[in-house]
Amino acid sequence: MSQYRRIDVSKTGDVTLVRFQDKKILDESMIEEFGAELFGLVDLDNRKAILLNFDGVEFLGSAALGKLITLDRKVKSHKGRLKLSNICPEILEVFQVTKLNRVFDIRDTEAEAMAAF
Amino acid sequence: MSHEQESWQHDYELPSERGSSRIVLDELLAQLGRFGWEQSDIFGVHLAAEEAIVNAILHGNQLDPEKSVRVACKVSPRHVRIRVTDEGPGFKPETVPDCTREDRLDMPGGRGLLLMRSFMTTIEYNDRGNSVLLEKDLDAPPAAECDETADESDGDA
Repeated sequence: MSQYRRIDVSKTGDVTLVRFQDKKILDESMIEEFGAELFGLVDLDNRKAILLNFDGVEFLGSAALGKLITLDRKVKSHKGRLKLSNICPEILEVFQVTKLNRVFDIRDTEAEAMAAF
Repeated sequence: MSHEQESWQHDYELPSERGSSRIVLDELLAQLGRFGWEQSDIFGVHLAAEEAIVNAILHGNQLDPEKSVRVACKVSPRHVRIRVTDEGPGFKPETVPDCTREDRLDMPGGRGLLLMRSFMTTIEYNDRGNSVLLEKDLDAPPAAECDETADESDGDA
């Protein structure tokens, strides 16, 4: 997949860096695209090391969390690694409340996450 | 719609379509800002209201164009009250599995209810289970101390 509407994709060494084009990931059709584009990185492009940088993202709900969990499962089944960074305090609380901070490897900054691959 | 000095309230009737929560949320969030709510509190109300309305459209009315979702909002400087009602058969919230259980942590669904409970002071379903009342009271003590529905022992967090 090379045309993206919801994400920006770049590569640094072996790591695929993903940033998000939307401040709020909430509309149902947006979330479907969000999921499809992320899943394509694994299913179609066979990327093994993926960093999701949430800088600028102000809102996401349970539907988007569901997509992230599915992505995590896909990455693990492909023996890859997924990391998250730059999550704002409110969204970090969502990860903590749902205990998904135990599922995902969450780092404060992009540099810290890159160094952890 | 009434615009009084100390509160704002409005009732909506939404079509059972993806994205129609926007009709409510844009105005609700603007009103919270107008009444001086902090961004972190607005985030919590936004999250809970979004989850409740999307649940009503998708799970309650199952996108049936013949059915609508009613949303009643009231905002004041320290309190917000949102009731979301669908025309579906309802559900029993206590039957929703605990998504924070270790063996369910990586399951994709089932977090909306937990988020509503965590970010609001009160969440109450009617007996039929097709109408939920969400309240956030900025003067209330932390939820775990005053809201028995937040008790982890109820089997559905």
